[in-house]
Amino acid sequence: MTRDGKLIPVLTILIVIVAIWYVAVVWLNAPFEYDQAERAGSKIEFNQMVKNTMSQKRPVLPSAHQVFSEIWNTTILKKITSKRSLVYHAWVTLSVTLLGFLMGSIFGIILSISIVHNKAMDKSVMPWVITSQTIPILAIAPMIIVVLNAIGFQGLIPKAFISTYLSFFPIVVGMVKGLRSPDQAQLDLMHTYNSSKSQILWKLRWPSSMPYLFTSLKVAVAASLVGAIVAELPTGAVAGLGARMLAGSYYGQTVQIWSALFVAAIVAAGLVIIVGIAHNMVLKRMGQLDSQAGGVS
Amino acid sequence: MSEIVISAKKLSLVFETSDAPVHALSEVDLEVKKGDFVSFIGPSGCGKTTFLRVIADLEKPTSGEILVNGVTPEQARKARAYGYVFQHASLYPWRTIEKNVALPLEIMGYSRDEILKRTQDSLNLVNLAGFEKKYPWQLSGGMQQRASIARSLAFDADLLLMDEPFGALDEIVRDHLNQQLLQLWERTHKTICFVTHSISEAVYLSTKIVVMSPRPGRVIDVIESPLPKERPLDIRESDEFRDIAHRVREGLRAGQSYDD
Repeated sequence: MTRDGKLIPVLTILIVIVAIWYVAVVWLNAPFEYDQAERAGSKIEFNQMVKNTMSQKRPVLPSAHQVFSEIWNTTILKKITSKRSLVYHAWVTLSVTLLGFLMGSIFGIILSISIVHNKAMDKSVMPWVITSQTIPILAIAPMIIVVLNAIGFQGLIPKAFISTYLSFFPIVVGMVKGLRSPDQAQLDLMHTYNSSKSQILWKLRWPSSMPYLFTSLKVAVAASLVGAIVAELPTGAVAGLGARMLAGSYYGQTVQIWSALFVAAIVAAGLVIIVGIAHNMVLKRMGQLDSQAGGVS
Repeated sequence: MSEIVISAKKLSLVFETSDAPVHALSEVDLEVKKGDFVSFIGPSGCGKTTFLRVIADLEKPTSGEILVNGVTPEQARKARAYGYVFQHASLYPWRTIEKNVALPLEIMGYSRDEILKRTQDSLNLVNLAGFEKKYPWQLSGGMQQRASIARSLAFDADLLLMDEPFGALDEIVRDHLNQQLLQLWERTHKTICFVTHSISEAVYLSTKIVVMSPRPGRVIDVIESPLPKERPLDIRESDEFRDIAHRVREGLRAGQSYDD
C-alpha cells in the first residue's frame, strides 16, 4: 500500500478537474447574466459577470463552492431527523443499498455454485443471467415496484429488489470464473483423496475464488447503490438521494441535484473502500498479503 | 516380499484427439512387487506419466487389465491406497505448510489429535520440522516439494506415485532430495513408482527401471538393478552403476530409432 506515492498524481488531476469545472461554470451560466443585463437595458462588465455566474440561485451548472456549502448546510448543520438533511436521505438510500447488496450477493453466490456444479444449470441459466442485464433498469424498475406493491410488499423490500437485480450479476459472472479457477493438478489432487464435491468446493474452489469474489463485490456494491437510487424515482420521490435528485430537477434546483449526486458518490466510494478493507483482511488471514500488492481500492 | 502391488496386462490407452488418435500406451505388461522402487524413464510422450495416472485412476485405460492391490484402480483410489506427488508441488497457497499436509487428513475425516500427530510425523520424515507455520511462498522450491511429499505420506498409504517430483529443481537440490527419498523409502518400506527423465536419477534410486519409448507408448526394457540397498551418492562413480546407465541409454536409443 503505497498511498504516499499516489497523493501527488491524484491531487494534480483533482486540481485540473476543479479548474475545468469553474471554466464550465462561467461558460454555461454566462448567457443568463447577459440576458439579465440586456433586459435591464444595461451592459455588464466581464469581471462582474464572472463573479455573478458563481452565485446564481438556479445556475445551469453550480460552482463547486455552492455545491459543497449546500452539502455542508444539509449534513453537518441540519438535524439528522430533518427531512431536508442529506444524512437522512443518504441513510434511506444506504439501507436499501445494503439490503439489496446482501440479497444480491447471497443469490449470486448460490447461483454461481449451482452453475459450476450442474451442467444443465450452466447451459440453461447462464444465458438468462446475461440477458437479464440487457434490459434497461429504468424501464423495469417501476414495473417491479408496482407489481410488488400489488402483492403486498412495501417499503424497503421492493426497492432492495432493484438493487439485487443489478448487483447479483457481477457476483455470478465473477464467482463462476473464480470457482472454476483451480487448475487440473489441484483438482486431480482432490480426486486422489476421493473427496466429495462439497469438500472440493469448500477446501479448494471457495478459497481459490476469493480474489474474484472481492473484485465482484466492489462492482456489485456500486451497482447496488445505483439500483437503490433508480428505485426511488418511481416511488413518488418521498425520501432518499434519488428522490432529492428528482425533486431538484422538478424545481430546477441544480444545486440540490449536484449535492445529492456528490453525496451519492461519496457513499459509493465509502462502500467500495469498506469492501477493499474486508478484502485485505481476508487476504491477510489467508497469508497472501505480502505476496500480492494489495491496495485498498 | 513377493506380494504384487501393481499388475498390468496388455494395457492400452488411446486419446481421441481432433486430428488423430494418440496411442499413449500400447500393450504394456508390468508387475510391481511390494517394497519395489520402480522408475519409469523415457522421452516425453512415452506414456510414463499416463501409466502413473492410470494406476491412480486419473485416466481410464482403453483396453487391457490393470490391478492395484488386487482390485481396480478406482476401488484402490476409493480405499485411499496411494499417495500422489505431482510434478509441481501444488500446495494450496492459502494454507500453511502444516495445514497443507493436514489437507488429506481433514478430507478423510481423521480426528483433530490424529491430524496433529500425523502432520508432525510426516514433516519430520521430510526434515521440515520447524516450518509448520510458514506459507508455501516463504519456502524454496525444494522445500515445497518436500512438503508435498509429506502431504502424500500423511495418511500412510503403502504405495507412493511420484510424477517427476524433482524435475523442476536444480541438480544440487535434486541430489540431496534423492538421498533423502532413499532414506525415507528404507524407513517406511513403501512401494514407490517414480517417473523421471533423468537416467542417473532412475539408476540411483530404483530397484527396477522401466524404459519406455514414445508413439505408441510401450515398454522397451525392464532392468532389475543389482545395486545394494545402501547407496551413498558416490555409488554413481562405480562400474556397476555405469553398466546399468549404459543399458538404460541403449534402451532409450533403441526406442528412438522407431521414431525416424
